[in-house]
Amino acid sequence: MEAALQERQDSIHRTGEAPFAMECNKDSLAGAVSQRACVFCGSRVVLYPIADALHLVHGPIGCAVYTWDIRGALSSGPELHRLSFSTDMQETDVIFGGEKKLYNALVELIDRHAPKAAFVYSTCIVGIIGDDMAAVCRRVSEEKGIPVLPVQSEGFKGNKRAGYAAACNAMRQLVGMGDISGISKYSINILGDFNLAGEIWLIREYFTRMGVEVVANITGDGRVGDIQRAHGAALNVVQCSGSTMDLAKMMKEDYGIPSLRVSYFGIEDMAESLYAVAAFFKDEEMMRRTQELVKEELSLIMPEIMKYRQALAGKRAAIYVGGAFKAFSLVKAFRTIGMQVVMVGSQTGTPEDYEELAAITDPGTIIVDDSNPLELSAFLQEKDVDIFVGGVKERPIAYKLGVAFCDHNHERKEMLAGFSGMLNFAREVYGSVMSPVWKFVPRKSGEEMSHENHERTRNL
Amino acid sequence: MGKILPNYVSTTNACKLCKPLGASLAFRGVEGAVPFLHGSQGCATYMRRYIISHFNEPIDIASSSLGEKNAVYGGGANLKLGLKNVTEKYHPALIGIATTCLTETIGDDVKRLLFEYRREFMQDGGPLLVQVSTPSYSGTHMEGFHAAVRALVEQLTVESEANSTVNILPGFLSAADLRSLKEIVVDCGLTATVLPDFSETLDGPALRDYPLIPKGGTKISDIRAMSGAKATVEFGHTLPDQLSAGSHLEKTYNVDLHRLGMPVGIRETDRFFEMLSGLSGNPMPEKYAMARGRLVDSLVDGHKYIFGKRAIVYGEEDLVIGLTSFLAEIGVQPVLCASGGTSGGFVKAIEKAVEGFGLEIPRIHEGMDFFEIGELAAELKPDFFLGHSKGYTLARGLGIPLIRVGFPIHDRMGGQRLLHIGYHGAQQLFDLIANTMIAVKQDTSEVGYSYM
Ligand code: SF4
Ligand code: SF4
Repeated sequence: MEAALQERQDSIHRTGEAPFAMECNKDSLAGAVSQRACVFCGSRVVLYPIADALHLVHGPIGCAVYTWDIRGALSSGPELHRLSFSTDMQETDVIFGGEKKLYNALVELIDRHAPKAAFVYSTCIVGIIGDDMAAVCRRVSEEKGIPVLPVQSEGFKGNKRAGYAAACNAMRQLVGMGDISGISKYSINILGDFNLAGEIWLIREYFTRMGVEVVANITGDGRVGDIQRAHGAALNVVQCSGSTMDLAKMMKEDYGIPSLRVSYFGIEDMAESLYAVAAFFKDEEMMRRTQELVKEELSLIMPEIMKYRQALAGKRAAIYVGGAFKAFSLVKAFRTIGMQVVMVGSQTGTPEDYEELAAITDPGTIIVDDSNPLELSAFLQEKDVDIFVGGVKERPIAYKLGVAFCDHNHERKEMLAGFSGMLNFAREVYGSVMSPVWKFVPRKSGEEMSHENHERTRNL
Repeated sequence: MGKILPNYVSTTNACKLCKPLGASLAFRGVEGAVPFLHGSQGCATYMRRYIISHFNEPIDIASSSLGEKNAVYGGGANLKLGLKNVTEKYHPALIGIATTCLTETIGDDVKRLLFEYRREFMQDGGPLLVQVSTPSYSGTHMEGFHAAVRALVEQLTVESEANSTVNILPGFLSAADLRSLKEIVVDCGLTATVLPDFSETLDGPALRDYPLIPKGGTKISDIRAMSGAKATVEFGHTLPDQLSAGSHLEKTYNVDLHRLGMPVGIRETDRFFEMLSGLSGNPMPEKYAMARGRLVDSLVDGHKYIFGKRAIVYGEEDLVIGLTSFLAEIGVQPVLCASGGTSGGFVKAIEKAVEGFGLEIPRIHEGMDFFEIGELAAELKPDFFLGHSKGYTLARGLGIPLIRVGFPIHDRMGGQRLLHIGYHGAQQLFDLIANTMIAVKQDTSEVGYSYM
């Protein structure tokens, strides 16, 4: 296709056209306007919802200020995570080193906020000037008596995935520090849910109804103390495999805790996830309670969903999200409401992820890794898409072309997980696709603003 | 009065952005231009996201996407590959290249790299390359913005015949402001080169095709000819000489420079119109005389609702100066004027803006963050905040309204359509402020009057 650079052709696949092969998980191509962020972004995404920890960004101001309270991760208590702390490095710090400033900033902020732990994120230039962050963190930890953990998240050292790993490394140091007496044998940690719009509260409620104790939320509505006790849980239930799977692996190594991959998006995946947890505990009563729960929840949402399904049947959807795992669930969720996915891509999928995507989508579906606005807009047009699912950076691409949009990223304010989340999702898709405004956009009204017209409005 | 602020080491909730963001916005205001950041991918993506949330428009900012090896051995190869790819895909007329903290720290010599690139890849032509150095560890997005404008003029403008245009260097205004500015100039019978002009590139119509580069922006040929203009009007009391494109044009080409404040409120707008009258030889057009008249009339109608109200104003220095000047004119007491910028000229300009209105001198602080603003706010008991979206949490905490102006507006529609400048802008601001105060009174009243 014309919109893609030659070097990008191997990262775009059409199902059914050729044997599956996909270039992915590599650095973004220079000049291609990737939708990806950086290592630091990956670390922030994972650790940020820990609400009673201090999150200090060691670097110049931009990296911190662009990530200030941008996500919808809610807390039921402290809200330290919603503040943006930075060492705001100045020229002298760059020349003479930023360690002293980092030390002073940490001491100042810990005294001011009394956090349960502190995470210190390194940004690109810290990696270059070579501040010994670990040493500063150790020193402050000793002086202040709380864990102070360096997160090695220099932006250029890979992509978001590397950031996830750095975040998991930091959390690994917390796990094992707490007292685990009194934890039920039916207990889990929830990994990879970030409590966007309060989702983890809903998921926790399901588990409570099943008779399962949740030890730690990792990291939605997360608390340092809970994570320190996380090794007391019998099972790690991991969503969004990309971001916290590393921690699950580490906990398997360190404490022998097994893990399950789940997804809370869409009816099928949600129900399957709960069943899988119940099956793990091999408790018939629990399985019965789970079946009841699923039945009850479905009866609450299905009548309304069927209404939307009727209206949306046959419409086409495109998906571009951060992690591929979410894309699997979305493909199924769209089927539930009668829609067909014609394009699906992610920023950080692996070859296995894409293979699975190719397997579950219809022939002719476009599958793409680390895409950019030019490609995405070309796909939307080629497939005459009715709705695009993505994040804030994808939204204007859809809107400019007069295509409906659903935000399914970390910044959303709508609860989309769980059974009631599926209903919200259907409502949101319906609300955008069925809006009358599309009648007026050039794509549907059949008129393109002519050049003269355009010239005229310019001079208005 | 009040306690002296301690000198904090850390920054909490900054009231500034980083330099390449400002440079990207400025480059986006040139016709056919693509902004390009030389650094790692994250910076460009974060800035795009930040800008998109305000304008609700696509903004493609390319990046040289440096990886670990480049960070160690230099980013030259990636810079060149990136430029090549952008040229191939976007067919730009110009690529505006801004450095980032990373490439400044590793010491990439962009000038030399571009020289090489031109020799290696541009034998048969290609886009113009304009480069600006924007390390964020000194200065804010405003310094980045001005530096990019200056770089455009330094690197594009050439000796040209004297002509009758006027150069207008407006600084960072909204898209609506820029449209209004262009209209004013035309109505005054002048032709102007407004640099930059993203009124269309960041606020365009719905389209059938995704624009590689949206239409609009300052024409490159016009930038080239700025040397022949009969005058330059540059907004900004705090703009330092070395970042002023106007002073470059004056020094290099003898184009008269008129430095004005941002035309916010009555007096600054009056000055702007006087300037335009002087340049055109025509009196202020009837349309604007009427707008001014209506504005004054409305100030009279509404003055009681806002007299003596206490305001905290924050944001970019020059915008805050303009807003403060307007607040003084309408009888609002600014109690704190704050900015994350540190130009050095802020305090004096604010003092001057409130002079002669019987007001107390407000607390004036450069280099402030929202933690410090919050500390002072608790003590100063303001009636409202005037500034961009990022003060919302503070306003909410104090239970007082935030009146949204400037950039970014991330929690309301239409930030790009906010009008701040001219009599029309002052009218909108006044109605907004007065209505907000009326609403507070109405909402907190036990009676709930349904008329004023
Ligand atoms: S590294 Fe510098 S340029 Fe990049 S986001 Fe941070 S402050 Fe801005
Ligand atoms: S400087 Fe590095 S860490 Fe900061 S935003 Fe840019 S890429 Fe990410």
